[in-house]
Amino acid sequence: MTAVASRSARTKTVDSRRRLVVIGNGMAGARAVEEILARGGGVQYRITMFGDEPYGNYNRIMLSHVLSGEESAGDIFLNSLAWYRENDITLHAGVRAEKIDRFARLVFSDDGRATPYDVLVIATGSRSHLPPMDGLYTPGGLLRPGVFAFRTIDDTHGMVSYAQQDHHHRAVVIGGGLLGLEAARGLQSHGIDVEVVHSGGHLMNAQMGPDGGAVLRRSVEALGIRVHTGSRTTAILGDDRVRGVRLRDMPDIGCDMVVVAAGIRPNVEVAVTSGLPVERAIVVDDQMRVPDEDEIYAVGECVQHRGEVYGLVAPLWEQASVLADHVTGANPKAAYLGTRTATKLKVAGVDVASMGLQAPERDTDEHVVFSEPSRGVFKSIVIRDSKIVGATLLGDSRKVAYLTQAFDRGLPLPEERVSLLFDVGGPAEEAGVAELGGDAQVCNCNGVSKQALVDTVAGGCNTLAGVMDATRAGKGCGSCKLLVRQVVEWAADGAVAEDPAASYYVPGVPLEKAALMKAIREQNLHSVSAVFAALAPGGTEDAKSKMGLASLLKMMWAGEYVDERDARFVNDRVHANIQRDGTFSVVPQMKGGVTSPEQLRRIADVADKYRIPMVKLTGGQRIDLLGVPKEDLPRVWADLDMPSGYAYGKSFRTVKTCVGKEFCRYGTGDSTRLGIEIESRFQGIESPAKLKLAVSGCPRNCAESLVKDVGVVAVEGGRWEIYVGGAAGAHIRKGDLLATVDSPETVKLLTGRFMQYYRERANWLERTYAFVPRVGIEHLRSVIVDDAEGIAAQLDAAMQESVDAYVDPWTERDDPFTPGQFRTSLPLEVLPQVPVR
Amino acid sequence: MSTGLSKTGLSDAGQSAGLHVLGRLDQVPVGEGRAFGVDGEQIAVFRLRDGSLRALSAVCPHKGGPIADGTIDQALVMCPLHQHSFELDTGCSTTGAGPLRSYPVHADGEGNIILQLP
Ligand code: SRM
Ligand SMILES: Cc1cc2nc3c(=O)[nH]c(=O)nc-3n(C[C@H](O)[C@H](O)[C@H](O)COP(=O)(O)OP(=O)(O)OC[C@H]3O[C@@H](n4cnc5c(N)ncnc54)[C@H](O)[C@@H]3O)c2cc1C
Ligand code: SF4
Ligand code: FES
Repeated sequence: MTAVASRSARTKTVDSRRRLVVIGNGMAGARAVEEILARGGGVQYRITMFGDEPYGNYNRIMLSHVLSGEESAGDIFLNSLAWYRENDITLHAGVRAEKIDRFARLVFSDDGRATPYDVLVIATGSRSHLPPMDGLYTPGGLLRPGVFAFRTIDDTHGMVSYAQQDHHHRAVVIGGGLLGLEAARGLQSHGIDVEVVHSGGHLMNAQMGPDGGAVLRRSVEALGIRVHTGSRTTAILGDDRVRGVRLRDMPDIGCDMVVVAAGIRPNVEVAVTSGLPVERAIVVDDQMRVPDEDEIYAVGECVQHRGEVYGLVAPLWEQASVLADHVTGANPKAAYLGTRTATKLKVAGVDVASMGLQAPERDTDEHVVFSEPSRGVFKSIVIRDSKIVGATLLGDSRKVAYLTQAFDRGLPLPEERVSLLFDVGGPAEEAGVAELGGDAQVCNCNGVSKQALVDTVAGGCNTLAGVMDATRAGKGCGSCKLLVRQVVEWAADGAVAEDPAASYYVPGVPLEKAALMKAIREQNLHSVSAVFAALAPGGTEDAKSKMGLASLLKMMWAGEYVDERDARFVNDRVHANIQRDGTFSVVPQMKGGVTSPEQLRRIADVADKYRIPMVKLTGGQRIDLLGVPKEDLPRVWADLDMPSGYAYGKSFRTVKTCVGKEFCRYGTGDSTRLGIEIESRFQGIESPAKLKLAVSGCPRNCAESLVKDVGVVAVEGGRWEIYVGGAAGAHIRKGDLLATVDSPETVKLLTGRFMQYYRERANWLERTYAFVPRVGIEHLRSVIVDDAEGIAAQLDAAMQESVDAYVDPWTERDDPFTPGQFRTSLPLEVLPQVPVR
Repeated sequence: MSTGLSKTGLSDAGQSAGLHVLGRLDQVPVGEGRAFGVDGEQIAVFRLRDGSLRALSAVCPHKGGPIADGTIDQALVMCPLHQHSFELDTGCSTTGAGPLRSYPVHADGEGNIILQLP
């Protein structure tokens, strides 16, 4: 270590925090620091920032508004100097970092300082590109007076004061992209006559194709801005002051000032001189780390990630959060995977949105185009395999929200392509939020309209959970939750409050799952009413929390659980699934989907005897008797003499199997037998949400094992693959491979261990398809297969206890648990009746 | 067993106008509800965990769900079909459904449920 470093290390003995140094105090650098502080980084790090602009951090995007006078410079600060003080950050404003000594871990800056770091973040952004032309610089090497770049507050102030001088009337903007057009429009508001010179064939050629560019040109010219495309500026004219520009192959244009907005170049000098890998920009990996440099990160426009260099802010928000996750250790698995940029801008007063491809690239690509130049409207959409791969919209942004969504998520498109561009008929259910009509149904389960959500927000409810409670939107199948969130955010205009209750296991007890379980165990709470009395605010019961608590307590105490029936949902009180008309469905256990003539005969007899309105094969490979009145349940069960199939509970449901090697010519494992064994072992186990399993006899996967909570696949060589976290209901997800094992015994062991871990850690109603990606398959594998946490034996024992506590609930037929347990609750005659087939 | 609905007539001597004896309190387990057909009306009677009683009309105004099969706490009942909630004291919905009717109900000294129809 050098003298400087060791001296400062000695004098700072009181401050044991590591040193974080950030080079660049712009939008990405400051955002990264905010994210780090938000993760408690202020305790871990003493933070120093270098910024060669003499200010705090401001919103660079708003400079166009400062130029046009709509906004004053003071209004666009994101972090004032006071913010740095309050957060104990040393800011060297107006100081430029020049070189890094990676070995001594020092940053040298142009004020002669050498600053030691433990972790370094480079966020130097980019600068305006000034293409070579004569007369750009003074002999001293400075930009000539009257010539401006457009990147900083100082640039903007310079332009404004120059434009306001009386004898300046005409400006040329070099560059017809986003920045150039913004500059042109801004200068116009100071009474300046503006011409745009663009070397490309059409305006904004980075965002759109020639047809869109032509329409944009008309709109821009209609604003009084002259446009010269295909023209390269070769010189800036005038001796004492700027008098014009010289173009190649075109007449000179006279002017008093020139703004160069011909693209940007990443600021990589510090990185290059310090020996860091630089291609088009500073190279970073998915952790935003410079390769081979454990302590050096980079973020923002100065980085190149997977070959991409970005020039917009959206990607850098994502980058900053990943960087902060790693720097603070908050989430060592966080990864930045790149951003699909979809931009929605107002350029010179014209709405512009662009995403992905500008034009078709393959013969099979579809291209939907609409152009109405007189109104300045142009819309183009490129479709590949029925998904949007690119779109440009000019002058009409009404479909932008929907198209952006469709582009981001790869949503399937309506058959009638024209509805992508226009609202023909009513808006489709997946239409963008802003453009949805008030009466559009957002929640299809509970029939909640957009207007109902908006009204609830307007009524003062500004948490997602609050709005969902008040309207029940998103409380059905849940597939609309994202849309509900979007509508709420849109209606609240960003002012959505975080809901503390979102992390509670159940809404009525203010504790997360782990804390709740700990309190239950420490205070020996064996019943739901005891939990409310001890842990709910004011000891108040909460109907919405009862079912979740009942399930949790049963899991935790197994045989010692004190079963209060009022805590159960009606399905679990009568061991059947309530139907729309208040009758119930009866699904007897049929392990692995295997039945017998004897069983089928009994089922047929029961169906006859009780005039069952519908007998149906379920998607879970068993038989459902639907429309059974509550009072008939005990006798139906008695006559069936089969155990419950638990088709109603938040519990282990079924194991689907395929025929497997006993009969199938491809079968490599006895899937039917293993499925039956798994179902016999885990029947009725309650869990935070349903558990549906499958075992397939070979990778042809006829039992659909890859989309099950736990799916098992026999592979050649007597081995079995175990997949977890798959789904194919309201959500589709391919399960992750947990392990490949040698024996059916090990399959059962790991399946039980996984399910127990899930039962202990998952949130109430969180299916494995959400739980597995949340905790990560690597983590699961280390806990469940490698026993990295040393809890495998404990999990196995807890599961065994639950298995031992199993009692077939249908045995209550002979001895009802509560008075009137099977007494009807409904006045059948006034209810809709299930049609008899 | 026919419908299972306990029909309690008014014809018994000794009942004042509007007051109905629905039978023994222990027909309704603590924390649950049971349905009664009273004078042609369907009524759900709940026995709260503090021992007190509440009575509401038994048919959910949303889509006819069986209110007596709902889950309750001290303040609300949640319909089992689509989870609309109603105040046990007033029958008013807290989730935007129409109201249920509420009826005065209590247990007498002999452990009988006494309901008053308007
Ligand atoms: C009976 C059955 C349909 C059929 O006739 O085949 C069925 C019926 C119901 N399903 Fe299902 N599901 C049935 C197989 C499935 C399957 C296929 C499977 O299990 O292989 C799926 C997709 C797999 C999955 O769960 O991931 C399925 C995904 C759902 C979902 C969506 C879950 C999700 O988070 O993705 C719900 C809603 C929920 O759980 O909140 C649901 C909810 C329901 C409920 C329980 C709705 C309710 O709460 O009342 C339905 C009960 C109807 C009734 O009146 O009895 N059902 N449901 C199937 C019973 C299978 C069995 O034997 O147990
Ligand atoms: C006028 C204008 C309009 C824009 N409009 C939009 C828009 O509408 N939408 C959009 O998404 N994006 C827009 N952008 C782009 C957006 O502003 C940038 O993507 C964003 O600012 C990049 O952030 P950054 O931190 O990487 O770089 P910057 O914000 O440029 O920050 C880098 C900082 O580091 C400093 N620095 C550089 N080198 C050193 C050094 N060696 N030592 C110390 N400090 C150094 C720089 O001075 C600068 O302050 C616009 C940009 C401009 C100029
Ligand atoms: S059975 Fe499943 S898919 Fe069919 S209506 Fe009911 S919940 Fe929907
Ligand atoms: S029927 Fe009661 S909530 Fe729908």
